[in-house]
Amino acid sequence: MHTLEPILAEHPFLKGLKQEHLALLVGCASNVRFEAGAFVFRQGQEANHFYILRDGKVAVELFAPQKGAVAIDTYGEGDVLGWSWLIPPYHWRFDARAIEPTRAISLDARCMRTKCEDDHELGYELMKRFARIIEQRLDATRWQLLDVYGVRS
Amino acid sequence: MNGLAQSPMLPDLYTVQQVRRETDDTFTLELGLAAGRQPFRFLAGQFNMLYVRGIGEVPISISGDPGSPETLVHTTRAVGAVTRAMRTMKVGDMLGVRGPFGVGWPVEQAVGHDVLVVAGGIGLAPLRPTVYQLLANRDRYGKIVILYGTRTPADILFRKEVEAWRARLDIEVYVTVDRATEGWHGNIGVVTKLIPRAPFDRTRTVAMICGPEIMMRFTALELEKRGVDTDHIYLSMERNMKCGIGLCGHCQCGATFICKDGPVFRYDAIQGLLSQREI
Repeated sequence: MHTLEPILAEHPFLKGLKQEHLALLVGCASNVRFEAGAFVFRQGQEANHFYILRDGKVAVELFAPQKGAVAIDTYGEGDVLGWSWLIPPYHWRFDARAIEPTRAISLDARCMRTKCEDDHELGYELMKRFARIIEQRLDATRWQLLDVYGVRS
Repeated sequence: MNGLAQSPMLPDLYTVQQVRRETDDTFTLELGLAAGRQPFRFLAGQFNMLYVRGIGEVPISISGDPGSPETLVHTTRAVGAVTRAMRTMKVGDMLGVRGPFGVGWPVEQAVGHDVLVVAGGIGLAPLRPTVYQLLANRDRYGKIVILYGTRTPADILFRKEVEAWRARLDIEVYVTVDRATEGWHGNIGVVTKLIPRAPFDRTRTVAMICGPEIMMRFTALELEKRGVDTDHIYLSMERNMKCGIGLCGHCQCGATFICKDGPVFRYDAIQGLLSQREI
C-alpha cells in the first residue's frame, strides 16, 4: 500500500527526520488540493492544519478595510504554510489563498499536538524546524519593511 | 581606457542617441559614437564616469551588450543632481564619458559551470551585459538561473527583456516583488526566498549578485547556506566612487579601492567590508 511517507521524507522541511517520527507524522497526514482562488484558511479561524506544499502557489493575504485583500507573501513547492497551529490560541492571523492549482499534504494540528506532547523528542525536533521558518519569515519581513530598493537621495 | 582619451581623467564627448524611460525613476541613455571613433569595448560589470557639463560626474555601470560596442548604454536612477540632469537630456545632447573602469563579472571563469544571477532593483542593470554574454554563448554554460527581486511590479526593469528571458526554454528566470499590486500573480517576498529551490548544482555554480548591499549580504549568506563556496560568489560594490582610477581615495576601504579593485569582487575577498558601516 502506498503511503505519504516517501513524499514527506523527501520534503525539504522534513528531510533528515527519524523514521519513527516520520511514521508518526504520516498518521496525521492527508493529501489535499486547492483550485486557483480557493482559500486554504481564513484569518480568525481555528488553525487546525498546517500544509506542506508540493506544487502550485499560495498567497498569504491581509484584509485591510478600503484596501481589500493585500497579498504580502507567496509560498510554493517545498514551502511550509502555517505555524499558528503550534502557538495558542491556535487561530490563523492571515488569509491564505491558492493563486494557482495547488497540491499539498495537510497535517492535522490536533493530531500533531497530541503526538508532540506524547513524544517530546518529536515535539522538539518540529519546534526547531518551525523556529527556523519563523525566524526566516521575520527576517524577510524586516527586510521588506526596509524598502531596500527604494530611492535614495 | 578605451583608446581615444589622452588621460583617464579627461572625458570624451558623446551624443545622446536615445532616451528610454524604464520605470518611474529609472531611465536608459544610449550614446552614439562619433564617425571614425573606435567601438567602445568593455567588460560586463565595468562602469563609466558620466559627466554633465556644469553639474558634475557620477559612476554608472554599463548596461548594454558587450557584443555591440558601437553603442554605449547606461541605465540609472534619478537620485542626485547629476542623474536628475541626465534624466532631462534629449536626443542630440552631449555627455562626457570616462572609462571603462574597474573589474568585470567572471564570465570566462564561469564557463562549464551553472551560473546564478541574482539582481535586486536597479542592480539588474550592471548584470544585463553578463546575461547578454551568457545567452550569446549559451552552450558554454550549464544551467543559467536568474533571480530578480524588485520593489513592486511597476519597478521591474527592462520588463520586455525580462519577459523574453522568461519565455526561453534554456534558462530559468524567477521574479519576486516586495509589494504586490493588483493584477500581479507572481512571487511576493524577498529575493533570497527564491534561492533554496532554485535549480542549480551548488557544487558547480558561479553566483553573481548585484543590488543594495543589504540584499547582497543576505543573498550571499543564503547561498552559503545552500552550499555554494564563497569563492564562487561574486558581487558588485558601489560605495563612494569618484575618480574611477584609485587616485582620490574616496572609495578606499583599507587596502582596497572599490573603483580600481572592483566594483566586482569575489565574496570571500570583500566579506569583511560588508560589515564596515562607515566607509
